[in-house]
Amino acid sequence: MRENLHRFFRAARGVGVHVSPAESIDAMRAVSQVGFSDRTILRDALLLTLAKSQDEKLALGDCFDLFFSQPEPRQEQPEGADQDAAQDADQAPSSGAASDAGGGSPQQELGPLAQMLLSQDRNAIAAAIASAAGAASLSDIRYSTQRGIFSSRILDAMGLQRLRDELDQLTATNPALAERLRAALDGLREAVRDTVSQGLALYAREEAENLRNEILRNAPLARIERRQVAEMRALIRQIARRLRERYSKPRKRQRRGHLDVRRTLRRNAAWGGVPFLTAWKRKHRDRPKIVALCDVSGSVAQVSDFFLLLIHSLHEVVDDVRSFAFSSHLIEVSDILESKSPEEAMAEIMSKVGFGSSDYGSSLVDFEKDFMSTLTPQTTVIVLGDARSNNLDPRADILRRISERSKRVVWLNPEGRLAWGFGDSEMPRYATFCSVVRQCATAQQLERAVSDIVATYQ
Amino acid sequence: MSPKRGLFFAVNAGRTSLKQDLWERHFVADQKASTSIEAVESGLAAQGYIASRQIATAVYLSQQIEKPILVEGPAGVGKTELAKAIAAWRGMKMIRLQCYEGLDEAKALYEWKYAKQLLYTQILKDKLGEVLGGAQTLHAALDQLHDFGDVFFSKEFVEPRPLLQALEQPGGCVLLIDEIDKSDAEFESLLLEILSDFQVTIPELGTVSAITPPTVILTSNSERDLGDALKRRCLHLHIGFPEQRLEERIVESRVPGISQALRRQMVGFIHEIRSLDLKKLPSVSETIDWARVLVLLQASELDTDIVKDTLNVLLKYEADIQAAAPQVTTFIAKAARSNVFG
Repeated sequence: MRENLHRFFRAARGVGVHVSPAESIDAMRAVSQVGFSDRTILRDALLLTLAKSQDEKLALGDCFDLFFSQPEPRQEQPEGADQDAAQDADQAPSSGAASDAGGGSPQQELGPLAQMLLSQDRNAIAAAIASAAGAASLSDIRYSTQRGIFSSRILDAMGLQRLRDELDQLTATNPALAERLRAALDGLREAVRDTVSQGLALYAREEAENLRNEILRNAPLARIERRQVAEMRALIRQIARRLRERYSKPRKRQRRGHLDVRRTLRRNAAWGGVPFLTAWKRKHRDRPKIVALCDVSGSVAQVSDFFLLLIHSLHEVVDDVRSFAFSSHLIEVSDILESKSPEEAMAEIMSKVGFGSSDYGSSLVDFEKDFMSTLTPQTTVIVLGDARSNNLDPRADILRRISERSKRVVWLNPEGRLAWGFGDSEMPRYATFCSVVRQCATAQQLERAVSDIVATYQ
Repeated sequence: MSPKRGLFFAVNAGRTSLKQDLWERHFVADQKASTSIEAVESGLAAQGYIASRQIATAVYLSQQIEKPILVEGPAGVGKTELAKAIAAWRGMKMIRLQCYEGLDEAKALYEWKYAKQLLYTQILKDKLGEVLGGAQTLHAALDQLHDFGDVFFSKEFVEPRPLLQALEQPGGCVLLIDEIDKSDAEFESLLLEILSDFQVTIPELGTVSAITPPTVILTSNSERDLGDALKRRCLHLHIGFPEQRLEERIVESRVPGISQALRRQMVGFIHEIRSLDLKKLPSVSETIDWARVLVLLQASELDTDIVKDTLNVLLKYEADIQAAAPQVTTFIAKAARSNVFG
C-alpha cells in the first residue's frame, strides 16, 4: 500500500499539487490513522494533508478518483494467493492463476495466462495487469508516444510469449478453444491499453505541462496561435504571482545604526526615559510608480496585451500604474484594464485605438499635452513598441523631456536588436533618451524586464 | 486498492494465521477511525455545531497527528465557531489571538515587565553593598557578582501573551489564531516554530515547550495568500457554504423554535439567493439570524412581504438588496416547489 501511496503522490505532483517529502510523511501518518477501508475518509484525509488551496483540492480530488478508479473489482476478492501475485511480478501469473483457475480448467497443460483468460476471472486478470504494470514501471511513462512500448512491456511481463506459442499449437489441435483464447486475448489487450492510458493521464501530466510551459515561455509573443492565448494568459498570471511573492515582502527594512532620538524618547517615556526600546531611523523607500505607454498597432498589439496584463496583475506590488495605449493617437486605458476582464479590456482598447498605423510622433504629442503632469521624479516610464513610425516625425525631443521629468525611461522592443534602425525603425534616435533599452519578445524576457523594473524600487 | 494488498506482501501460504491477524488488526484500526470520526461529529453536534464529514475528519486527524488546522472559507460559515465548539466539547480553555495589521511579538508572544525590571535594578543598587560585602579585590567582587543568580531576565518578569499562555496551560487548550491573513507576512514566520514543534524560543530564557500540545486552529478569509511554510505545517480545511440538508440541520440546532416546513423553505430560498451574483453572499450566520428574525415575527411561511421587509438581515449592501428584491417572488415559489419534491 505504501508503494501505491507513493505513486499517488507522483500523480498528485502531476496535477500541480506541490507534494514535498514532509507533506508526504504527514499524509502517510494521516492515512495510517484513518486506514483504507472507507474511501471517502481516505479521500478527505489526503485532501486535508496534501492540498493547500481550494483549487488544489479540486485537482487532487479528480486525481484521487482517477487513481483509485481502476482497482475497484479487487475489493470483493477474498484474500488469496493472487495477493502475493500482486506484489511479485515474476510469479504473478503462475501463482495467481494456479489457485484461481486450478480446478475449473480442464487444460492443465496450458500456461498460467491462458488458464486465467479461459476461466474469465476478471479479478485475477486485473491483479495480474496491475502487477505487470508495476514490473514495467508504468509510472515512468512520460509521453503519449510511449503508449505502445509500455503496453507491450506489460503484456510481455504477463507471459504473452508463452500464450502465443500455445495459441499456435491449439490452432492445430483444438480450433474452438483457440478461437476462445484469441477473443480473450483481444479483450486483454484492450484492458492493458486502458491501463496504460490511465497511467499516462496520471503520471505524464507534470512532464508534459513543464515541457509545454517551457516552449511557451520562449515563444515569441507576437506570433502566438489563437488557441495558445488562454494558456499564455495563465502563464502570465503565474509570472505575476511569482513577481508579487518576490517583491511584495519586506518594504520597510530597518536601518540599524542611526538612532531616532525623538521616537526613542517618546517610546520610553513610561519608564522615566530609560531607553528599553530603541527606535531606529528608517530608510525611505519609493513605492513603484509606473507609467506605461503601449503601442497597440498590428504586430505589437499582442505583446502589449500580455504586458498590460502583467503590470496590472502586479497591483499588490505596484499600486500606482497608469497605462496608455496608442497607435495613431494616445488614450489612457488604466480604468478599462482595472474594471474589466482581460479579454473585454483588450477588445475595448483595440476598438478605441487599435489597428491604426502607428504614429509615435503624434502619440507623444498627445501624451505631453494631457498627461505630462503624471510624471514625477519617482516614476518609471515604460514604452513598449517597435518604434516603427511609418517615416513620420518621431518627436524624440518629447521623449527627452519625458526622461528629464521621470526617474528613468525603459524601452521594451519586441523586435530583435538587428532590426533596430533599419527601414522605418526610429529605435536608435529614441534610445539616446532611454535609461534601458531591451528586447522583449517572449514571456521570459517580459518577466525579466518587469522584474528588473520592480527591483529598482526595493 | 484493497487494504489487504499492502498487508499480504511476502506472505506465503504457511502463515495464514499471521495474515489473519494482520488483517484483523488493520480492519479494527479502520473501524476505530470511522467510529472516532463519528464521535467527533456527535461531540461537536452536542455543542450545537453541525459539522460535515470533512470537518470532523480534519478535527480527528489534527488530534491524532498533532497538527494545526488552517480553516479557510468565506465570512460567516463558522470558522471561529468551530474552535469554540471544539473547546466546549473537550472542556478545554480557549485562548484567542485576533490578528490585525501590525500585530507583533510583544502583543502575541510575550513582553518583559519593564517597570518591574526597573524597580528591580533600583533595589539591586541598594543591596549591592550586601551582595558584594566582604569582597576585597575587584576580581573577587566580579566573581561574587557572577555567582549571584541573574533574575533580571527571568520568568518572573515575563508577561505571557496568548501564544505563550497557550503553551503554559497544563491541561492543554484550544488556541484560536483568528484571521491570520490580516497580519503581516513577518508574523507568519513567528508562528512557524509554535505550529510545528509547539514551542517558542525567548532569546534570554531559552526554549519554552508546551506542557500539553494545544489544539491550534487558524482561520483565514483568503484576503492574502499565506506563505507556503505556514500552509505546509497545517491541515488545510476549506469550509464553503453548506449543502441544503446540512444547513437545515444547522438551523434546527441553532434555532429550535422554527417549524420544519418554514426551515426548509427559508434554506431553499437562501440557496436560490446564493446563485445570484452579489457583492456579499449570505452565509450560515446570516441564515441563523434570519431564522431567528422569522421566529420573532411569528411567520408560519415565507411570503413576499415578509421577505422584502427582512431582506436587510440577509444582505448587507444596498446594491445587493436591490438586485435581489425583484427576484423574491420567483425564489419563494422555487423554494416551495423544491420543498414539495425534495
